[in-house]
Amino acid sequence: MSKLTKVVKSLHKIPIAKPSIGVSGRTGTWRWMKPVVDLSKCTKCYQCEIYCPDNSILVDVLKGAIVNYEYCKGCGVCAEVCPVKAINMVEEEHYGS
Amino acid sequence: MVLKSLTGNYAVALAVKMARVDVVAAYPITPQTTIVEKLAEYIDRGELDAIMIRVESEHSALAAAYGSAIAGARAFTATSSHGLLYMYEWVNWVSRARVPLVMAVVTRTIGPPWNIWTDHSDYYEQRDTGWIQGFAMDAQEAFDMTLQAFKISEDPRVFLPVMVGLDAFILSHTSMPVEVPEQELVDEWLGVRTQGFIIDGGEALIHGALSSPEHTEEFIEDVGKAMGEAVEVIREVDYSFGRTFGRSYGGLVELYKCDDAKYHIVLMGAWAGDAMEAVDALREQGYSIGVVRVRYTRPFPGEELYKALGSSKGVIVVERGISFGSMGPLFLDLAGNMLKYSRKLPYMRNVIAGVGGVNITYRDFEYIAKETIDYIESGGEPSVMTWYHARWSK
Amino acid sequence: MNSIPILPRDMRNTVLPGHAACHGCPIPMGLKVVGAVFGNKVILVVPACCTSVVLGMHPGTAFNGSVVHVAFASAAAVASGISAGLSRRGVRDVQVVAWAGDGGTADIGMASLSGAAERNDDFIYVMYDNEAYMNTGIQRSSATPTGAWTTTTPLGKKEPKKDVAKILIAHGVPYVATTSIAYPHDFYNKLKKAAGIRGFKFIYLHAPCPIGWRFDPSLTVKVAKLAVETGMIILYEYYDGKVRLSGPSRPLLDKSKRKPIVEYLKLQGRFREINEEELRSLESYVESSWEWIKKFMQ
Repeated sequence: MSKLTKVVKSLHKIPIAKPSIGVSGRTGTWRWMKPVVDLSKCTKCYQCEIYCPDNSILVDVLKGAIVNYEYCKGCGVCAEVCPVKAINMVEEEHYGS
Repeated sequence: MVLKSLTGNYAVALAVKMARVDVVAAYPITPQTTIVEKLAEYIDRGELDAIMIRVESEHSALAAAYGSAIAGARAFTATSSHGLLYMYEWVNWVSRARVPLVMAVVTRTIGPPWNIWTDHSDYYEQRDTGWIQGFAMDAQEAFDMTLQAFKISEDPRVFLPVMVGLDAFILSHTSMPVEVPEQELVDEWLGVRTQGFIIDGGEALIHGALSSPEHTEEFIEDVGKAMGEAVEVIREVDYSFGRTFGRSYGGLVELYKCDDAKYHIVLMGAWAGDAMEAVDALREQGYSIGVVRVRYTRPFPGEELYKALGSSKGVIVVERGISFGSMGPLFLDLAGNMLKYSRKLPYMRNVIAGVGGVNITYRDFEYIAKETIDYIESGGEPSVMTWYHARWSK
Repeated sequence: MNSIPILPRDMRNTVLPGHAACHGCPIPMGLKVVGAVFGNKVILVVPACCTSVVLGMHPGTAFNGSVVHVAFASAAAVASGISAGLSRRGVRDVQVVAWAGDGGTADIGMASLSGAAERNDDFIYVMYDNEAYMNTGIQRSSATPTGAWTTTTPLGKKEPKKDVAKILIAHGVPYVATTSIAYPHDFYNKLKKAAGIRGFKFIYLHAPCPIGWRFDPSLTVKVAKLAVETGMIILYEYYDGKVRLSGPSRPLLDKSKRKPIVEYLKLQGRFREINEEELRSLESYVESSWEWIKKFMQ
């Protein structure tokens, strides 16, 4: 019987949320250090992208690792795992912006 | 339609079976156990096509029932006393989650000391949780109320869980005749399950996420609004049940010999039958008295009760429990709710009796009523609250 | 597109950027792998834990899949219920994953975990272990190792670490595996394998927490790797009655191949005050864990 369970959307206020980017705002403003990729050294091994907790560094098959500075928190994991040290953590010049 | 001799518990189990429940979360506790035992039998005999999750605690019982319900299945569990208290966290969660679900509570005294007999504290302590709460007087009502619980819970105006209460042993383990309808008629009347949302991977939905105070307030207020709508839904369901199965209870409150009554006994549960017997005897002695039996304590039927009691000469609220440090919870609910309709309240008396399962008979009710009425008629004022000790329980 | 390997290709639209996790948090690293295996056809059952907050506030969530938030002790019980409900409705294409921290599993969640395991209910339970109650501000749990500072063990925890994976092996469930965020491919494979088994599956995920363990957020993966390289965390699978070591841990059967545990401990501020006795206790913990593994590999 329950195979036929019906969903009746009502006007009730119910605690249902949906997937969304930027739930905590522009987390790029959390940075005090930022990763800078030396694309000439980047071997596109994907280590940085795999480990990034914020899904904010993506490897472009042609160019190499590209950082999404809107959301990158500057944790430095990418720089640490990069096997060829192509990523440098430099001081963020725009604090809190 | 078939007439069967069923205990209160078996009546509930049969109703759950006929409602075509999908998942039963089962954990034993006296005196609810025979409900889940009977359901296990139904499932193993192939009479009920459902899954039984034999959980390891009551807290998990309601958690598991909730999981099945949020995934779209009709779910049920039953408990009593300490089991109900153990799952209290989940009782609060399910209602705020707006997931339709039905639970039977066979009311039993809370310990220490250990005690297996009936009183209503465990049940009444759930009054703030946002569950719709109904209380049955006899096996027929236990059966009917359980079936109705699914329909009320799954009504889109409500989407709140429903608790069906019945007294330990005096109802749960006492056999009475029950009219059992045809399965086809139940299927037609109850229909398929409906709910406001389902989490089954069909679309990415997140339920219960951290929310701001403002959003939270909206959700909580909505529970209150749904409770308000539930009054009408309960009446409608009772009415349509009556049209389909031939039995209606008249709404959230049952009035017995109240048409011309000057005095009223207000109570809930199996002992209402004894109160009705007492009223019959009292009327023969010339007393003008009736019984107002509260069937649903949540949503609290303030309007119906005010209509019945607003111009009473004396309202005697007899109840099987107490809010320590204050008064009986049913009395407090009644007094508070009456104030919504008038600042002038009738004379009201709170009698605490039968706590711990002490047996109260129709003679006790006669005594209580006579004492109160005689006092008032002679111009006196009996105490507003009194603890009544049974005189004829042996 | 096809030239991009599964990891990271299938991780891309799983954990959405802009969530509330601390810098270098291992939790989204783990969730990316879950997303890579199941896409949005997953229902996470999440009790009170860091993840409840990491995913962000209503009306948005940083995960592209379904999540049912639940009361603290009940991840396993609700997952059992969802699994039963879905099976009743003939829904077969979505994976139920209880995703809980060490506190919600090894402590308050132990009873419901054991219940679901004993009943062999059909879902995957992932316990991510950051070795304390991190969400409430770093209080010790039974999974905190000896000698570690926490706010409720300022002088270092006395008791040894509770080994939840072993407890599940004792329950005789179809599949138990230990994993680490340092080895996402290993975690991926084990999740995939678990998804193909009917019954109760338990996966332990070691998840170092920069804030709670006191190390620089950039070192999360390095610390996690050292935990395995020193033998403190052993990666294995248990099924069909036997323990089978996983790739990164295999060579470490040979004691001489394990890095000294101080290399792991010295990176973490929470072990700064560790004394000799506690250090020896940790070393013998590692020793006896490996002895146990050897026995169960026969």
